[in-house]
Amino acid sequence: MRELLEGSEAVAEAVRLCKPGVVSAYPITPQTHIVEGLAAMIADGKFTSQFVNVESEHSAASVVLGSVATGVRSFTATSSQGLLLMAEVVFNIAGMRLPVIMTCANRAISAPLNIWNDHQDAITVRDSGWIQMHAENIQEALDLHIQAYRIGESPKIMLPVMVNMDGFILTHGLEVVDVPTQAQVDSFLPAYTPLYKLDVNNPLTFGPLVDPDYYMEARYAIHQTHKDVLKLIPLVKDEFQKVFGRPTGGLIEGYRIDDAEKVIVAMGSVCGTIKDVVDSLRSKGKKVGLLKIITYRPFPADAIYQALKDIPKVAVLEKAVSLGSYSPVLTEIRSAFSKPEGSGLASYSQSHGKKKSPVISGFVIGLGGRDITIDSIKEVYKRLGPKPISEEYIDLKPELLEEHI
Amino acid sequence: MKEIRIHARAGQGAITTATILGYAYFIEGKFPYAFPNFGAARMGAPMNAFVRVDNKPVRLRSQIYEPDYLLISDATLLRGFNCFKGFKDNGIAIINEHEDFPIPEHKPAQQIYVVPAQAIAMETIGRPLSNTALLGAFVAATSELKLDSLLESIKHRFSGKAAEQNLLAARKGYDYIVPKKTAQPKKALAVAK
Repeated sequence: MRELLEGSEAVAEAVRLCKPGVVSAYPITPQTHIVEGLAAMIADGKFTSQFVNVESEHSAASVVLGSVATGVRSFTATSSQGLLLMAEVVFNIAGMRLPVIMTCANRAISAPLNIWNDHQDAITVRDSGWIQMHAENIQEALDLHIQAYRIGESPKIMLPVMVNMDGFILTHGLEVVDVPTQAQVDSFLPAYTPLYKLDVNNPLTFGPLVDPDYYMEARYAIHQTHKDVLKLIPLVKDEFQKVFGRPTGGLIEGYRIDDAEKVIVAMGSVCGTIKDVVDSLRSKGKKVGLLKIITYRPFPADAIYQALKDIPKVAVLEKAVSLGSYSPVLTEIRSAFSKPEGSGLASYSQSHGKKKSPVISGFVIGLGGRDITIDSIKEVYKRLGPKPISEEYIDLKPELLEEHI
Repeated sequence: MKEIRIHARAGQGAITTATILGYAYFIEGKFPYAFPNFGAARMGAPMNAFVRVDNKPVRLRSQIYEPDYLLISDATLLRGFNCFKGFKDNGIAIINEHEDFPIPEHKPAQQIYVVPAQAIAMETIGRPLSNTALLGAFVAATSELKLDSLLESIKHRFSGKAAEQNLLAARKGYDYIVPKKTAQPKKALAVAK
């Protein structure tokens, strides 16, 4: 049914339709409305689940680790400092191969304290083993949560999934969304049947101490599974479209890139703004396009390579930094165009031989919620020249960088 | 596409205003994107809420810099900064009346309507919640929406006594503007107080 919903309400509806038996979270802006909504549904008897109140995000993550370990579908949500406080448990959840589903309402990292949107929180735990997907709009945020359970709980995968949605822009924005029926969700998402669980009649140990004889294989196995995730996600997208009639999900989405001379690569809600700019520049004859990364972990290097290999100039636009180095997505996209040395990475970036490679530039934008305007995006296309740029910031205020001592 | 910028103070209900307005557009089959922007995240701090609306889903995520319509919920904000910044040359502004704050300078084709929304709210709701009176005035001044769509949206948002009070406030806001709107010839719409 079509409704006008706040992003957080829409996600709460999606989660309710997925029927997790346990919800646990600690409030943090801009994530709070999601679990507030779920808590209200449970209290009002509209949703049968156990809401576990906790005193911190560390405990919230620990609760859902425990509940999924006992074989119960679960949900949590957080942002920013909350995700950082969870970090220890976040790595454990993936290491124990538990398909926890979490919303990350993306927000900047302290200090200085900032409640507004960027992607530094999710990027910080990119190496934790979680699958990470990014929503462009509220409909995608809703849909990706339903897909997340299907992907993470797949017996061949058994990994946690983080659905990222831009704080405030999507969590506090209202849009028209199609809320699926329970029957649709039930036909797409079967009940969770865990491959393994904590059970007094069949005792198992999760996350034991393993000595150097065993540890490396556990990590290697997760890495290998991520390659299977790259194959599964497009299939889940197709099945989702059959049931729900929308092409949500997948690894990447190209927007008017077929004959493009300049393409911006980006994630999340800024892709909407970029699409508007692409249409506007195209109407003036400029050959520009957008490549949206939907799945950031596993990193779809092959798909990105195929989409960009014939594009002369590429701009990687990111709401994140790797302080002291080049920005994270820029680094990974450049590496997708270099021949891998080891066989382990082969299916992430098959040997392309570097015959063709765009000029790949990187731009940082929108940190701490700095507004990204049409002009900001036009500026990115404008700055793309014959030589690669590696660390330019868009809309930076030089006057704030002067010394005043 | 139409862009509406609401100027208010945190706690005055600007998000509710944007939500009710967005829902009224939704009832008429449009695609609104309503969203807030907080400054300092505390009560009384100046903040904005926005509604961007089109006949197809809105993709643009930036704040609104060149609004077609302005809703100024608290006229004391006219003192601190320029609420009219970027206001379209033929735009329409609705200002909640406050005797100490006269209408700022503006371009001749811009239509400015001052509405005693707070007085209407005190009379209908009994508290200074001017939002629904302002929205009634907005509908009359802009002809963007049918009054019925706004009333339907208010019923969707509120129930019981609060619904009745807010429906009355919206009607009074609407009725206050209608004679002023029709009385003004196109060119002399500058100030309709």
